[in-house]
Amino acid sequence: MAALAIDDAAKGKGIAPLPGRSFSLSRFGGRWLSPVLLLLLWEAGSRSGLIPERTLAAPSAVIGTLIDMLISGELPSNLLVSFARVTAGLVLGVTLGLVTGLIAGLSSTGELAIDPLMQIKRTIPALALTPLFIVWFGIGETPKVALIAFATIFPVYLNLYSGIRGVDPRLLDAAKSFGLSRWEQIWHVVLPATLPSLLVGLRYALSISILVLVVAEQINASAGLGYLINNARDFMRTDIIVVCLMVYAILGLGADWLVRIIEARALIWRPSIVEQ
Amino acid sequence: MDARLGFSTVDAAVHHPQPEPVVRLRGFTRRFGANTIIEGLDLDIAPGEFIALLGRSGSGKTTLLRTLAGLDEVRGQDVDVPASRAVVFQDARLLPWKPVWKNVALGLKGDVRERAETALREVGLGHRITAWPLTLSGGEAQRVALARALVREPKLLLLDEPFAALDALTRYRMHELVLSLWHRHKPAVLIVTHDVEEAIALADRVLVLDKGRIVAEERITARRGERAGLSGRLREKLLSHLGGDDHGDGVVPFGPIAEAAE
Repeated sequence: MAALAIDDAAKGKGIAPLPGRSFSLSRFGGRWLSPVLLLLLWEAGSRSGLIPERTLAAPSAVIGTLIDMLISGELPSNLLVSFARVTAGLVLGVTLGLVTGLIAGLSSTGELAIDPLMQIKRTIPALALTPLFIVWFGIGETPKVALIAFATIFPVYLNLYSGIRGVDPRLLDAAKSFGLSRWEQIWHVVLPATLPSLLVGLRYALSISILVLVVAEQINASAGLGYLINNARDFMRTDIIVVCLMVYAILGLGADWLVRIIEARALIWRPSIVEQ
Repeated sequence: MDARLGFSTVDAAVHHPQPEPVVRLRGFTRRFGANTIIEGLDLDIAPGEFIALLGRSGSGKTTLLRTLAGLDEVRGQDVDVPASRAVVFQDARLLPWKPVWKNVALGLKGDVRERAETALREVGLGHRITAWPLTLSGGEAQRVALARALVREPKLLLLDEPFAALDALTRYRMHELVLSLWHRHKPAVLIVTHDVEEAIALADRVLVLDKGRIVAEERITARRGERAGLSGRLREKLLSHLGGDDHGDGVVPFGPIAEAAE
């Protein structure tokens, strides 16, 4: 009420009120309030002995462990291993998704050949293949990369394929009327029109890849985040487990951020982005 | 022909000695399944001639335009259209992911930016050369579409209800622009429209298409800008053809099928 009164007074004097000043708490502090409160409660619970350390380490302990692991190089080196796995799997899966999506989208023969297989593949949860992949590829890096690749093909394939099929036929007509060849039509019209949908697919693929990474890394790993977690579990080091969970979350955020950057550059023509 | 009228009904029997036409259709027929959209249509367009094609929805005018634009195949039909032709559609159909000048230059080879910029300046959009199409107003988008068509120096310019979605004032300005561009570049123009006023204001010759046939043909001799006087009588005449009998015999009903064809 006081803020309102001040605003009114300011208006009366012809002074523009500072935007958002009266609501600064809800704008800046508000969204952080409840997570911070939770952390404080958690810390207090740990210190008072209400939450035993073997159940969950205190936030302060987690931060300490994080710093230790960073300094010792344990976290960076294992993170690098996990990162290499997810990158290899993604490159493989996204490439396959792009190739199959293009073939199925651009040719009806290709659609006939590829789409039924993809739909069958879709019904099999990628993680359910873990035992089979272990039998086939052993317990080294291959099954981990293969699982990530296998899981990320489909979102890329589906979004590319449906994106190509959803291209506005009126734009194709226009391109045709200006004498563009089939390949020029694909290059100038079909592919750019497909890009927004493809990027959605890529975003799905990235988040799925991290999901699969978590599970795949539990397969007898001797390095990587999954290895760290497994090891920490054996020694009931909940602080290390929480650190690794945080790193997974950061990986996910990073992946999302990456696609956002690509979108902002590649889809600069879209009004929502133009207006910014 | 009564000169005072300012327009005359073209008698098919009278042969006009004319230069080699740029468009020549003889007995052109188009069917979708069992439905005949266009039947036995003859059409000549002289170089530099400005023709308006009037017709209700489903009269086959869009089908005819698609044929002239080379968008539909015409196997085994007597159809001659020039290779250099360009279309302006009702919706500008600009590629939203290409800046304006790249849309204009679409499919061109060589020093295209220069040509695109010249064409854009000609339609009064020299200041929007690098703009994104989705930021343009309807009138601006349509002017870009005009520039994109004209940059190709077409012998035949096809306009498919290009101004139907514009407000009255913008439409009037676009008429002036089209006429000035036509004077300068002298392509043969075929404008498809359902607006009788627009047809009278722009064309040398007005054709009325109904149920796939040309049911009326008027040649307008009055100068553009001095047509207000003849507008009334000619308008009535054309409207009567347009609104003509709904139950013509021997012709398939149009309605939804023809809509789908459009």
